[in-house]
Amino acid sequence: MEIIDVVPPVLKDNVIVTSVDALFKWGKSNSIWPLSSGLACCSIEMMCAAASRFDLARFGYEVFRSCPRQSDLLIVAGTLTWKMTPPLIRLYEEMPEPKYVIAMGNCNIAGGPFSDSYSVVTGLDKIMPVDIYLPGCPPRPEALIDAMLKLQKLIRHPELGDAAKEAKAASLKNLRSMTQPVDALEEKAE
Amino acid sequence: MHSGIIYSAAQGLREVLMSLVGIPIIVDIIMTIICASILLVIMATSALVFTLGERKICAFIQVRIGPNRVGPGGLLQSVADMLKLMDKEDIVPKGIDKWLWVLSPILLLVPSALIYAFFPFDDGVILADVNVGLFLLIAITSQTVLPFLMGGYASNSKYSLIGGMRTVAQMLGYEVPMVFALMGIVMLTGSLKMSAIVEAQSNVWFIVLQPLAFLIYIVTALVESNRPPFNLVEGESEIIAGPFTEYTGMRWALFFLAEFSNLMCIGILTTTLFLGGWHGPDFLPGFCWFWIKTFICVLFYQWVGWTFPRLRIDTMLSFGWKVLLPVALINVLLTGVGIYIYNIM
Repeated sequence: MEIIDVVPPVLKDNVIVTSVDALFKWGKSNSIWPLSSGLACCSIEMMCAAASRFDLARFGYEVFRSCPRQSDLLIVAGTLTWKMTPPLIRLYEEMPEPKYVIAMGNCNIAGGPFSDSYSVVTGLDKIMPVDIYLPGCPPRPEALIDAMLKLQKLIRHPELGDAAKEAKAASLKNLRSMTQPVDALEEKAE
Repeated sequence: MHSGIIYSAAQGLREVLMSLVGIPIIVDIIMTIICASILLVIMATSALVFTLGERKICAFIQVRIGPNRVGPGGLLQSVADMLKLMDKEDIVPKGIDKWLWVLSPILLLVPSALIYAFFPFDDGVILADVNVGLFLLIAITSQTVLPFLMGGYASNSKYSLIGGMRTVAQMLGYEVPMVFALMGIVMLTGSLKMSAIVEAQSNVWFIVLQPLAFLIYIVTALVESNRPPFNLVEGESEIIAGPFTEYTGMRWALFFLAEFSNLMCIGILTTTLFLGGWHGPDFLPGFCWFWIKTFICVLFYQWVGWTFPRLRIDTMLSFGWKVLLPVALINVLLTGVGIYIYNIM
């Protein structure tokens, strides 16, 4: 139900109804600051997307923060190994909500050419909830920009992500099973 | 006595208030509150405008287009950023020194807002024209060191602490040459009053009489306001974000606000001290000249920032102590000799 439906009919012509939520959605979707982190060759394309030929800055997404506390989007760019998983999870956990994840490249979507390797995480969604999958080996900078625009659409219309809700919840459960809450760690230390 | 649109408008407002209220002290208080809120609005707006300006200038220098999708020509980009920052989760890490940590961004904003009281914007338009204006201004700007150190120490993180210590090292190291460089101006003016300094430049700007001091001031001002190429405090490739590492959302935005307010401050100070303040040809009122010069200075500082690579901390500190300080002292000597020769001629 829209708010305008609640307004009495007498006042319909006299009030302007707007929603703070829509304003904040507009703000969030127009200023997605990625964390500057790269794992493998996909990150070269990620850097390229911010440089002059492709210019991610046009959409206001060029603010690559080096601190997870101030970034909104984790672009997992490249092959993710099990060795690298704990630091990546830590970065993800350090980011403030609302946070988003783009799985960039075949390697971390499903293992890519390393799908039968013992050391590679075959599927980023095994360890953290993923919002956008961006296939390619590596995807071109245009594809990354397209993925970020898809994310913009997803932020503006959260109902588009309904189909993936259960999968994301399962990923989050996996993540929680791999990490321990700080309180538990402190209890152990005591 | 004074001329200029803003001065006569303020006088008019004062007369209206006087006829309404009638008690001089209350009128004074109301006028001060009005002036202070105008200055705060200027400060807050400058942060919004300069974030977009910075990104556009950076894009221009790197042969890119820069933000152009959000709003007409990207004008609403910084509004969107602010909205997003307001909406972010507020993470308060465990193990921090809570009070110091919370106070740090707020206290940082205080000195950067306070010094706006000492800027002569137009003929007679200055909130606090005290007779030790320049001295007080320098004293207040050096207070910005403390909040940085507080934030760095209280965050209980290696990177924050290193960033905080770097702030102290670089700000103290460059404060000294800056004061000695400004000494030349004080010697020429014979006064520490900000309005007297501007008044002394009605014929010749101090950039002509004090070129050496101007060069030193440009470098030290960049350091004092943490602008690139001297933004070692938040050297991203080395110490993540320096003292701001643990701050999220609006808390971090306050640091950001202070940074851009400082950027405008150094623009205004360069204008006031070296470029003749509000003096200019008669076809534009004084405050127009003041803002034109200020924005040119800010543009120059941003241009420098995006053109040069960041320095290393040890080279920067040794440059401040071993090169800038002796040169500033020589400048004081030369100014003294110059004044002596001018007097006997």
